[in-house]
Amino acid sequence: MIVFILCFILFLVGLFGILTSRNIIKIIIGLSIMEFSVYLFLVLIGYIENGQAPIITKDMINLPVVDPLPQAMVLTAIVIGLATKSMLMAIAIRLYKKFKTFDIRKITSLKG
Amino acid sequence: MNHIVPFYIVLPLAAAFLISILGRFIKGFSKVTAGFIFFTLLCLSFFYIFSGDHSTIVYNIGGWEPVNNIPIGIYLILDPFSGFMLCIINTMAFLSALYAVSYISLYTGENYFYTLLCIMVAGLNGVVVTGDLFNLYVFLEITVIASYALVAFGTEKEELEASFKYQVLGGIATTLILFSIGMIYWYTKTLNIPDIAGILNKSPDEKIVQFCQLMLIAGFGLKAAIMPFHGWLPDAHSSAPSSISAMLSGVVIKAAGLYVIFRLFFNMFQLTYEISILITAIGTLSMVVGVFLAIGQWDLKRLLAYHSISQMGYVIIGVGMGMMILANNGNKAFASLAIMGGLFHLINHAVFKGLLFLNAGAIEYRLGTRDLNKMGGLFEKMPVTSATSLTASMAISGIPPFNGFFSKLVIIIAAVLAKYYILAALAVFVSIITLASFMKFQRYAFFNRKSIKKAVNEVKDVPFLMKFSMIVLAVLCLALSLILIPGIRDTILQPAVDVLMGKNDYYINLLNM
Repeated sequence: MIVFILCFILFLVGLFGILTSRNIIKIIIGLSIMEFSVYLFLVLIGYIENGQAPIITKDMINLPVVDPLPQAMVLTAIVIGLATKSMLMAIAIRLYKKFKTFDIRKITSLKG
Repeated sequence: MNHIVPFYIVLPLAAAFLISILGRFIKGFSKVTAGFIFFTLLCLSFFYIFSGDHSTIVYNIGGWEPVNNIPIGIYLILDPFSGFMLCIINTMAFLSALYAVSYISLYTGENYFYTLLCIMVAGLNGVVVTGDLFNLYVFLEITVIASYALVAFGTEKEELEASFKYQVLGGIATTLILFSIGMIYWYTKTLNIPDIAGILNKSPDEKIVQFCQLMLIAGFGLKAAIMPFHGWLPDAHSSAPSSISAMLSGVVIKAAGLYVIFRLFFNMFQLTYEISILITAIGTLSMVVGVFLAIGQWDLKRLLAYHSISQMGYVIIGVGMGMMILANNGNKAFASLAIMGGLFHLINHAVFKGLLFLNAGAIEYRLGTRDLNKMGGLFEKMPVTSATSLTASMAISGIPPFNGFFSKLVIIIAAVLAKYYILAALAVFVSIITLASFMKFQRYAFFNRKSIKKAVNEVKDVPFLMKFSMIVLAVLCLALSLILIPGIRDTILQPAVDVLMGKNDYYINLLNM
């Protein structure tokens, strides 16, 4: 149970980072932390105590096997997360070139 | 017949791939390929709707058959509700691709534009036909990554800032969605939507399921820009190129946000009264507040974007009322009427809001501004744009012969019949304010002769393909009101409503195949 609580705390840390930081790069890091907490959660729900890796071999001992599906899901989600994060970083670099700052308070061309 | 299902996803993906490679060497390749592919998809989706056979088509990816009636592998499910959404997506994609042929000369890099548009359509089609929760998440991400890039397509200050806002909020939404998918998997040990529906049907309503429902409403509400989560929409939709604004406002917030909410809450979860009230309440909130935010805007596309929030509210209260009636075990005929009104308004909004954004793009193409104060007297200079935008304005504010009137009428009649008088009164009230704000648009942009500036005197109407898209949509604004005629309604709207109403059929049919 304690791992799930730690996982949730990690989620809140990420959310706190997004909501309070003024720097674009820090916001992106906060978003990443939030996503990583969800990946951890996905791996945890597939875990079984004393479980083996889900690879069937000849000398396999008759023990419970962890659920492989969440692991596949996490792999996919990490790849997608990489794509979104690199997109976000590209936009951040472009923003820096236009505004000469990473401060979100000074990037205010849109209003209303 | 069931081999056509994967083509909705494969064709645009293949087109994106080909355009990004070959478009560099062959001039005009991107335009022709994108137009041709979208036209094919359009024909495919209309073929399913009008084939007269409203059975559900299931396609197992990789040919994995169920073992002991437990589905393994990913299912693609095409039923009338998906078919209905596919028609909207592909029609709008085709018309905005045609429109962009001339319009894209305002920007550079048309190959990238068409590649991203194809990827976006592939993702949207995937969201609509998939029957697997995690697969839905993957297609959702494909859609939104393409739309992030398209919002930032101009790479000016405003576009970049809007895209950044959109990406951060979209990232939070994605995290919430992935988290609740994980929770649902933990509870049910499956990802297949019909299978989950079967398991949730047997087990009593639990706290964990309610938690998942709230997370999903927050996540998809952010994608659909319902009122408390709407912050990114006016920036993103007004900064994108106009043909993309038409796609974003007309299609993406519906297919990636509302469609998924309706599908999951009607067909996967058990309907509960509390959740139905919550959905209807946020719908009402966005309907009322959206229109008040819209009326003070002077930036044309921003005004239209706020109206998108407000009009989505109509769709949500229509379907939400149906949910409330069904959850209360009320009269099924009223529930059916309310849901039908909501879905009818959904297709209507795609058409007229798409048209209005294309008009805004046409004005921007000739004048180079979106500020209503700098326009005036365009009625004589741009007759086609003026006439089509008048049509769309009348449709969105509910003037009788146009489609917007009929869908709002159906929603209001359903609200009165089901004794939700406050909702009916609010719907009428918001419609009047919508009319006021579109009178403002018409007056300042087209009929204001006094303030004709020098720049306005030299404008001509836009090129043929842009006119063509706008005229087709304007004709659709009139023609769609014919959907309410019983014969046509039974082909297009009623099967989609039946899919949402008949919760149990959804999983029983699919698992016994």
